[in-house]
Amino acid sequence: MKILVCISKTPDTTAKIAFTDNNRKFGTEGIQWILNPYDEWYALVRAIEIKEKDPSAIIHLVTVGGADCDQVIRKALALGGEEAIRINTEPTDSFFVASQIASVAKEGNYDLIMTGKETIDFNGASVGGMLAALLGMPFVSLAAKLELEGTTATLIREIEGGEETVEVKLPLVVGCQKGMAEQRIPNMKGIMGARSKPLKVVESHPTESLTEVISFELPPAKKGVKMISSDNPEELVKLLHEEAKVI
Amino acid sequence: MSVLIFIDHTEGQIKKTSLEALSYGAALGKSMGVPAEGILLGTVGEDLSTLGKYGIQKIHQVSSESLNQLDSEQFIRIISTVAASSGATVIVLSHTNTGRAIAPGLSAQLKAGLVTGATSLPDLTHGFQVKKNVFSGKAFCTVAIKTPLKIISLNPNTYPVVVGEGTAEIISENIALTPSATQIKSVSMVSGEIPLTEAEIVVSGGRGMKGPENWGPLEELAKLLHAATACSRPVADAGWRPHHEHVGQTGIAIAPNLYIAIGISGAIQHLAGVNRSKVIVVINKDPEAPFFKSADYGMVGDAFEILPKLIAAVKKLKGVA
Repeated sequence: MKILVCISKTPDTTAKIAFTDNNRKFGTEGIQWILNPYDEWYALVRAIEIKEKDPSAIIHLVTVGGADCDQVIRKALALGGEEAIRINTEPTDSFFVASQIASVAKEGNYDLIMTGKETIDFNGASVGGMLAALLGMPFVSLAAKLELEGTTATLIREIEGGEETVEVKLPLVVGCQKGMAEQRIPNMKGIMGARSKPLKVVESHPTESLTEVISFELPPAKKGVKMISSDNPEELVKLLHEEAKVI
Repeated sequence: MSVLIFIDHTEGQIKKTSLEALSYGAALGKSMGVPAEGILLGTVGEDLSTLGKYGIQKIHQVSSESLNQLDSEQFIRIISTVAASSGATVIVLSHTNTGRAIAPGLSAQLKAGLVTGATSLPDLTHGFQVKKNVFSGKAFCTVAIKTPLKIISLNPNTYPVVVGEGTAEIISENIALTPSATQIKSVSMVSGEIPLTEAEIVVSGGRGMKGPENWGPLEELAKLLHAATACSRPVADAGWRPHHEHVGQTGIAIAPNLYIAIGISGAIQHLAGVNRSKVIVVINKDPEAPFFKSADYGMVGDAFEILPKLIAAVKKLKGVA
């Protein structure tokens, strides 16, 4: 069983969002980078759980980005995984990232490819589905459970208004979300061990991106809160009905 | 040339998000000077030709009952085929669980640039630029699609349903179905609840609710307002409420017309998931709770005292005994 976990760095969830370069670029100054929570808590930890049940399983990590990703790659390796591959190029869009990962995935002959359901910065929710299409593999989005029995995977995926239990033969691409696994904290042995695990840097292959970021903007600021006395919920209901017109 | 809009349905009913997508696609078609057409896979209880009132001329239908469940591989195959045969230049879907399952695959297969979570109509003055939600609602990004065929998935509850007049022509598509590698074993629907991403009003509880046994009044208020219930992350993590109710940066991002937060302090991660709500009401006993800064209306006090009075006031407004 060979597993490829796709990881991405994202700004810390408490990071102040600001833009530079005439609002064309995300302002990275003072930003603390973390592993995208969906990649870490669900995709990577579930892969580690699979390996704990089947020690012959091999976990590789892959990311697309520059040397500024190495710190979060080491953090991921501290949790688990035998080696990491960094495709050395700046990601431009989801299709570009999926194409880069697809070339690594083809060479590695993976049985199972896991991603988080989306990144918390660009919220594209696209790389997993695109990667599956590029590799000609089935894709299960928004998976909250994954069980393996030989080469058959049974998954529970979230659908509109409920959930669907599906069965599919490996190889497979899975987009992971809450329910898949529980967040873990790396232990000292993991942190020490991560330093000596191989981090391969490979060059990208030429791919066109299909989209281009033009600019960023922040949402308009709120006008300010109108406080209502807790003795007077009738006033609140009246305001919501007559002023805000939402009830 | 046309705009092709994917129409989603569950349990025989067309989704409200799809009516938004139809209205959006029709407006886009109009500004591009091309017809808007729908595509529906499976069968629904209503007369499809009436969907013409949302501004579409034709509906392509593959009426096999096996397509009433989400079969993403099959969906991608059929939509690709119909997009090619109908000469679509833009495909519109909703950024829902279904959209997430199929839009990326469609994009890669058709080499069509994709923008997920679009929040407004494309700007056609400089190419084809679409505004989307990024940083889980903390910012917007304008993205240009550079390919001839374009795909947009529209965020729920960001574009209004626009009803006009008209009848759509139904075109029955004869497309052979091939078995998918992914086999559906069972489907379980959460019945009786309003899906969070579709709800126009959301009533949400946080740690200030003190325990799962105290959710009764919150649920009563939600029911009165035809609202969905939600919660903050600590509440979901403690198991007081199911995980699918967790809104915030690592849960679901929502954009209802009204968000009522009870006993939620308003950590930045929570705000990220809800700050696109049109109106926010915060009820908290701590006047220093950061959430008040992002609220439109605020009330400082004990939720357990305020809730019964608020319920009574809503009942009075609605004329419910």
